[in-house]
Amino acid sequence: MTLFFLIAAALTIAGTAAAMSLRNPIHCILSLTLGLVGLAVLYLQLGAQFVGFTQVLVYVGAVAILAVFAIMMTRSAGSPQQPAFSRSWLSGSAVAVVVFAVLAWAISSALPSTKIVPPQPAVSVNQIGDALMHKFALPLEIIGLLLTAALIGAVIVAMPERRETP
Amino acid sequence: MSPLNAYLLLSALLFSIGLAGVLTRRNAILVLIGIELMLNAANLNFIAFWRYGPNPAALTGIMFAIFSIAIAAAEAAVGLGIILAVYRHTKTTDLDQLNSMKG
Amino acid sequence: MIVPDTVDQIFVLSKHWLLGYVPTALQPIVSAILSVAPVLVVFPLLFAITTVLERKGLGRIQNRYGPNRVGPYGFSQPIADGIKSLTKEDIVPRSADQVVHLLAPLLLVMAAFLAYAVLPIGRNMVLTNLNAGVLFFFAVGSMVELAVFMAGWSSRSKYSLLGAMRAVAQMISYEVPLVLASIVVIMASGSLSTVAIVNLQASYTSIWPHWFIFTPWGFTGFVLFMIAATAESNRSPFDLPEGESEIIAGYYIEYSGFKFALFFLGEYLGMFATSGLAITLFLGGWAAPFSFLTWIPSYIWFFAKLLALICVFIWIRGTLPRLRMDQLMGLAWKFMLPMTLLNIFTAGVWHFMPSGFTRWLVCTSLLIVPCLLLSRGLKQRKKLQIRTYRFAE
Repeated sequence: MTLFFLIAAALTIAGTAAAMSLRNPIHCILSLTLGLVGLAVLYLQLGAQFVGFTQVLVYVGAVAILAVFAIMMTRSAGSPQQPAFSRSWLSGSAVAVVVFAVLAWAISSALPSTKIVPPQPAVSVNQIGDALMHKFALPLEIIGLLLTAALIGAVIVAMPERRETP
Repeated sequence: MSPLNAYLLLSALLFSIGLAGVLTRRNAILVLIGIELMLNAANLNFIAFWRYGPNPAALTGIMFAIFSIAIAAAEAAVGLGIILAVYRHTKTTDLDQLNSMKG
Repeated sequence: MIVPDTVDQIFVLSKHWLLGYVPTALQPIVSAILSVAPVLVVFPLLFAITTVLERKGLGRIQNRYGPNRVGPYGFSQPIADGIKSLTKEDIVPRSADQVVHLLAPLLLVMAAFLAYAVLPIGRNMVLTNLNAGVLFFFAVGSMVELAVFMAGWSSRSKYSLLGAMRAVAQMISYEVPLVLASIVVIMASGSLSTVAIVNLQASYTSIWPHWFIFTPWGFTGFVLFMIAATAESNRSPFDLPEGESEIIAGYYIEYSGFKFALFFLGEYLGMFATSGLAITLFLGGWAAPFSFLTWIPSYIWFFAKLLALICVFIWIRGTLPRLRMDQLMGLAWKFMLPMTLLNIFTAGVWHFMPSGFTRWLVCTSLLIVPCLLLSRGLKQRKKLQIRTYRFAE
């Protein structure tokens, strides 16, 4: 494991752990953004440039801003009056620790610890475009349909109800 | 340990951090953020297996990750819309208080 | 082509010469530093020149002199401004969120500087030739919105929060036409790499260049891109979030001294970066306009085009009135989004028709007729009423 991987992994873990444990919701979203940028750096180290840049564009540029707007509109911004963690926080954390233990045991016992690293695959955006148009054309159309439905659905769900005039 | 093991362990750690956030936070929006984090951990898994797997020329891992990012963004939008609608009705986003179907 | 190669490539050659003196183990790091340092020096210098150019230009448009006290005809004004902003007291409101208040201008400047990594400033003079260069530019540009929100929210002041919300809504809305207007060029050139896009435009038929702006879809794309770029940098006529007469500097009210100067720097750097991308995509990058002018070095052409676009920005700022918030959003979603989609369709038609006069006629009418119909149809008609007077009785 190289130094760059350790730095990016530390950044990601710090950001996401802070996101799930800070009291102020806006601080949580900002540290989540740091964690997501760390993940994008990891994607770039793995050689998936397109996915890394798309991750920054979509998550940092859209989802984080959407979450921040939602926090502002539900008036949860600022120091919260009620406690930040729910009453059942102990059982929740215990479940998460058990899940991590099971996953870690499965990973370390199932995969052979081999040092043979395959060469870096060279993927260009042309190949991704070709794949999207030929092999993955049907999922592309379905995603278009799904995004349209989500767009219309989100607007309708969040629209304030029309007040009836007396 | 091999690089693939390291990436899979990191992805498992991120997944459990997201799961801990979903199960312990009170604010509904932060629960949604925890779900987004779990989806991101799964994306990291896909890309790691694409890189160290047997057939990287098929681009399956990258395609799956791209579609997963698109779906996660759409789901975040709809989920936040639902939270806004619930807030407008019950004036709270505290999940411990939203425990009855009445009203 | 009669190109004096040494003058054109002088920066590349000097960098290779300097690298020869460095031990092999350190060469990647020193190469990176030698490539990045000129960007960090040249563009803030351009920012300083632009501030004085803008103030004098606006002054002349408004029938007054600009600043004319400091230096010859006022052109040393940036030095005075720099000294002022560095020595001013740094006031932070007591109820402000200290960490976020500090991080916001840093994130803004960092995101603005990162965008220069994919702009080809001359022949063989690009910081990194990324395969997905244009996507990198837009990804980095989307971090600016988060920095603007952080600035507005951390000041804990109603005016700054309102300004930040408006600014973020405006930037998100105009990001869609910005990206769609550049997709036309990506479609026509078949690549997301900025170097490939410029290389495609750097050839000539007799003396005319192959720039994308000289096609109907390219011209429309350029106009839409420039409108969206003006809105993305919060410049007049789209500067409602920071309008001085409206909301007293919007999201950076509570900033003073050096952090205010950093915001200013970040905003202008973003403007230069978006102009640089417009030059790369539509105006041929570092290519000369006529084939007999290629003896002038490529980086001179890039900066000449950049200065021309900056003058256009200043000209528009001094001429057009400010748009209201609903007019702004209506323009983005109701006018520019359909026009960019139509532009993509027209570029497809252009590609598949045989070249000639018919192609020009069909594509130009495909773009002009819907533009006229949309702009007439979206105008809100106010009925003129008979003027009545009420006098005090």
